[in-house]
Amino acid sequence: MIRLDNLTKVFDTPKGAVTAADHISMEVPSGEICILLGPSGCGKTTTLKMINRIVRPTSGKVFINGEDTSSLDTQDLRRNIGYVIQQIGLFPNMTIEENITVVPKLLGWDKAKYRERAREMMRMIAMEPDAFLKRYPSELSGGQQQRIGVARALAADPPVMLMDEPFGAIDPINRAVIQDEFLKMQQELNKTIMFVSHDIDEAIKMGDRIAIFREGKLVQYSEPDDLLAAPKNDFVESFLGEDRALKRLNLVKVRDLASEEIGLVRPDDTLDAALERIEAYGYVNSIVMVNDKRQPVGIINAAVARTTQGHCRDHYQSVPVVVTLDDDLRKVASLMFANDMTWVPCVDDDGRIIGQITQRAITHHLGSRYRAHSKGEGGAKAAEASPSPAIKE
Amino acid sequence: MELLQYFLDNLELLGTLTLEHISLVGVAVGIATLTGVPIGIAITKNERAAKTVLYIASIIVTIPSIALFGIMIPILSIIGQGIGYMPAVIAVLLYSQLPIIRNTYTAINNVDPALREAARGVGMSQNQRLRMVEIPLAVPVIMAGVRTAVVLNIGVMAIAAYIGAGGLGTLISRGISQSDPRQLILGAVAVSVLAIIVDYALLALQKRLTPKGMEREAAAT
Ligand SMILES: Nc1ncnc2c1ncn2[C@@H]1O[C@H](COP(=O)(O)OP(=O)(O)OP(=O)(O)O)[C@@H](O)[C@H]1O
Ligand SMILES: [Mg+2]
Repeated sequence: MIRLDNLTKVFDTPKGAVTAADHISMEVPSGEICILLGPSGCGKTTTLKMINRIVRPTSGKVFINGEDTSSLDTQDLRRNIGYVIQQIGLFPNMTIEENITVVPKLLGWDKAKYRERAREMMRMIAMEPDAFLKRYPSELSGGQQQRIGVARALAADPPVMLMDEPFGAIDPINRAVIQDEFLKMQQELNKTIMFVSHDIDEAIKMGDRIAIFREGKLVQYSEPDDLLAAPKNDFVESFLGEDRALKRLNLVKVRDLASEEIGLVRPDDTLDAALERIEAYGYVNSIVMVNDKRQPVGIINAAVARTTQGHCRDHYQSVPVVVTLDDDLRKVASLMFANDMTWVPCVDDDGRIIGQITQRAITHHLGSRYRAHSKGEGGAKAAEASPSPAIKE
Repeated sequence: MELLQYFLDNLELLGTLTLEHISLVGVAVGIATLTGVPIGIAITKNERAAKTVLYIASIIVTIPSIALFGIMIPILSIIGQGIGYMPAVIAVLLYSQLPIIRNTYTAINNVDPALREAARGVGMSQNQRLRMVEIPLAVPVIMAGVRTAVVLNIGVMAIAAYIGAGGLGTLISRGISQSDPRQLILGAVAVSVLAIIVDYALLALQKRLTPKGMEREAAAT
């Protein structure tokens, strides 16, 4: 756990005093990622660097796991906090192995132990130990260097990590890959992480909580979905962007909004029956046909059903679009738009249909949070606000 | 032809004088490195001290070598070393300070601030930062300073023959006083060739001392 208590930094500059961080108080629970987000110069980096005393606080305190860090030796403090700087900062005169093991060495681990640790770290960041450990940073790509930077910070297994725009220096595609890898690692490692970013999408993706800064002040500190649903003031609202409702699509899983109710037909149903069911369920265009195992095999078009006699098995077309419970709403919305559908069937791991998700459910979900908030009832968890009964596992 | 014959006849003398020359410059620049590098590192901590030290070092370089020898004769006479080995070494030692201190200072100061911060961030003490990061990164530039000092002072040392320090300058001074162009030319050519060879040798050494991971960057400078 990291707790900041009225942390303040005033820089004396030739142009007068600059308050880079103004009485910042916040708490990051153990095992969570907190994103410090805000426009350039708002004090994110300064706040972060006061935690490992790269910047000395003017006033205020930092507690790590309940302990006031001002009583700790600076070097000891830093060796127990993983630090990833924005510029990566690998030591060019050291091999990858020497870079990764620098903190364990400073902590006096024995050689066998830290060398084994280097190999373990390489496997963790999905880089081949034998291929890379003896190389130098200049022989690595930017993305690889960034991974090594993270490995160096994690090598001594510190409970707390500070990361200043750690993935800022890489291209968007690689960045997404490293973000995913990092989230996967974090699921096992459970570090308490302060993470500076100026990218809202990154913040929403990586953060358990997001702290919005403005001119040295902490303006709002919320979970991502709450932040997007209920920005505290105009500044936060404009910072999040006009499309913030759409950004929420990333945060909600099909699982949260899917309903078990779905109209289906079987191969030996008649087309008349299919037409009836299309109308009964309000599907307009089509209905899904499933086999004995409830796996989708095709769709029956309303137009065909209306003009033709016979059985479904002789008149189905193409395999329908489906989503799984772990897909996010962004994918669902994209599929709906691309296929001109107002609903999409959901399947389980075996490809069996277990329900559907509708456009109405999505718009209702996004809208309900705003309505709830404007009535002053904000703060409920996303799933609780869903209009239809969510499918549990 | 005559010159070549002269060269071959005096090969042994030439060898002795060259070794003498190298040892004079070597000892002087060696000591200068041992003093200049720590001074260069120390003044990175204080900008005003840095300015003062670099200013003094530049003034010293502007003193003509003959004048410097002249000043040292009465001073060193007190301990009976007014001429010969001692003043020659001291003069070269003084001249070497500027390139060595300046390069060390610049190199340490120019270490990427991000690396400095990374070094602090992983919990290195000030000494550990110097030893593990800053000095290794500065080595190529420091070595370039040493090279400059050596090449510069191979020339200076030739003049030290006038105060009886020996070395290749002996040929030049004798050539002048005896109006013997062969000696004069031989001495002058030997000094130049020595400077070039030593420069290359030190360049090779500089490359060896450059941390492996930095070879690419170092090649660019
Ligand atoms: N060492 C310093 N001396 C003087 N002023 C500083 C110093 N470091 C930061 N500042 C000032 O403090 C304010 C906050 O800077 P900080 O680096 O924390 O911003 P930031 O939120 O990290 O911005 P960015 O997104 O651009 O990195 C800025 O106005 C900056 O100019
Ligand atoms: Mg910053």
